[in-house]
Amino acid sequence: MLYFTILRISIAERLAYRVDFALGTLMRFLPIVTQIFLWDAIFRGMTSGPGPIAGYNYHDLIAYYLLTMVSRAFSSMPGLASSIARDIRDGTIKKYLLQPVDMLSFVLMSRLAHKLVYYGVATGPFALVFWICRGYFSGWPDAWTMLAFIASLLMSFLLGFFLEATLGMIGFWFLEVSSLLFVYMLVSFFFSGQMFPLDMMPSYWPTVLKLIPLQYMAYFPAAVFLQKVTGPQLAWGLAAEAFWVVFFYLSARTMFHYGVRRYSAYGG
Amino acid sequence: MPIVEIAKLSKSYRVFQKKEGLGASIRGLFHRDFKTIEAVRGIDLTVESGEFVAFLGPNGAGKTTTLKLLTGVLTPTSGAASVMGYVPWKRENAYRRRFALVMGQKNQLWWDLPAAESFRLHQHIYRIEPQQFQKTRDGLAEVLDVQHLLGRPVRELSLGERMKMELIAALLHRPEVLFLDEPTIGLDVVAQHNIQTFLKQYQQERKVTILLTSHYMKDVMALCRRVVIIAQGRIIYDGSLEGILDQFGGQKVISLLVADGKMPDDLSRYGELLLIEPPRAKLRIERSKVTEVLSAILSRYAIEDISVEDPPLEEIIAKVFKDNKEEGE
Repeated sequence: MLYFTILRISIAERLAYRVDFALGTLMRFLPIVTQIFLWDAIFRGMTSGPGPIAGYNYHDLIAYYLLTMVSRAFSSMPGLASSIARDIRDGTIKKYLLQPVDMLSFVLMSRLAHKLVYYGVATGPFALVFWICRGYFSGWPDAWTMLAFIASLLMSFLLGFFLEATLGMIGFWFLEVSSLLFVYMLVSFFFSGQMFPLDMMPSYWPTVLKLIPLQYMAYFPAAVFLQKVTGPQLAWGLAAEAFWVVFFYLSARTMFHYGVRRYSAYGG
Repeated sequence: MPIVEIAKLSKSYRVFQKKEGLGASIRGLFHRDFKTIEAVRGIDLTVESGEFVAFLGPNGAGKTTTLKLLTGVLTPTSGAASVMGYVPWKRENAYRRRFALVMGQKNQLWWDLPAAESFRLHQHIYRIEPQQFQKTRDGLAEVLDVQHLLGRPVRELSLGERMKMELIAALLHRPEVLFLDEPTIGLDVVAQHNIQTFLKQYQQERKVTILLTSHYMKDVMALCRRVVIIAQGRIIYDGSLEGILDQFGGQKVISLLVADGKMPDDLSRYGELLLIEPPRAKLRIERSKVTEVLSAILSRYAIEDISVEDPPLEEIIAKVFKDNKEEGE
């Protein structure tokens, strides 16, 4: 009941700033338009005629980018780490110490609420874009793939949350984490597969990058849907994703526990 | 059985030193100097259930730190404390449901939403039974005269109104111990008076234990019988308000009203002349000399009215802080 109320209140809070995201939703698609033009030029420029790169042809790529929008819808946590760090720095975190609530659960519910509101409203524009671009997809995948796709999306939400929460908790040890977060943002933009599918990286890179959790933020769910990852690889990928969720959950919890102990209540 | 027991509680912070200048900033990347600040140095205190205790002290004395230790926001460096039998820094839910902390000028309410929503959230966080919750909330809103503001976003309220909302939020779950950190700071006189009246009434009716820190003597005089003076992390006085006068008030102020407009011109030999505006005059003298000076003045001059008063409490306390500071340096 408590968490339902948190959900409800977070939704109310998000709706208090409606104008904030009305236009923003469609704007989110703009960056990939540039990328699509770039790929178009690349494929046209191929001297031996357009052929797939690392298994992706032009249509696949457009489908891929659209799908990463969906993964990002689940896994992106804008401002989570910085707001946790800021709350630590300015003393707002006191609230969670004084009241009988668990901060992580509270913030998780809050984020869930924000996403529900945001993507509830964004479903319209998203559906429109996907429908317009339906020619680039080769139909719906089978039930098992869909299931795997949905599972990977749900896990990427949790993974995104606990990973950024862990980063935010570094604020207990270092008052300024903004540079660290900036580096994380840059790194994750490349290595999550938002720029291009990880399979396109040269030599050993794809293997290495698939070992770290960043791939689940964009690349993995898209690849699953497009059936670029199948069979035992798929099973392994999902299991590893589950492992990372647990890993970052535990790390966020542990850091909170030790961070609070160390906490000197700056900022009055 | 005391409700609050503190024994040799201490808290030190490590604060990094940041020196001025570019060179120092660069050096600061590699080597950090830090200084240890002892905010609270071994304090002992007991508070019985139902008491209303004020913590007075200059800035940096350790008052807020003490409250944070007692509410579990901070973990002490050494020493022990227990409130209602709980160790505060364990932050057990059972403890957290039974106390509240209100800090002046600091918000615990959601900024963009109406106070009513924050209250609803509190209801669930503290698991308050719905009927009880409504009754408490409505009762408090009525006494504080804010019923019409419950639906307004907190950011649109004035400071005084926000403070009232913070108080309501804190009292919804009927805590047995209430900690208040400078609750009237920044408020205008009327708002201060309202909060003071409310607290006094609430305390008398519900017999909660209240620990309050304040800068304002008016808060203290209006509300508390017991005053604890903290300076430089130590308790230097613990007792009644009157007792402060006895212990620290070494002087008295004599006010005169001369008859026949004949103001004597040698009053300064009796003591420090504070004011001379015929027909009035004010003298500050040592307590021990009161009788002597009184009889001298009355026998020598034609006096229409004379009174002997204590200097304002603020002055005495300011002097206590100042003396203590000089001692400590």
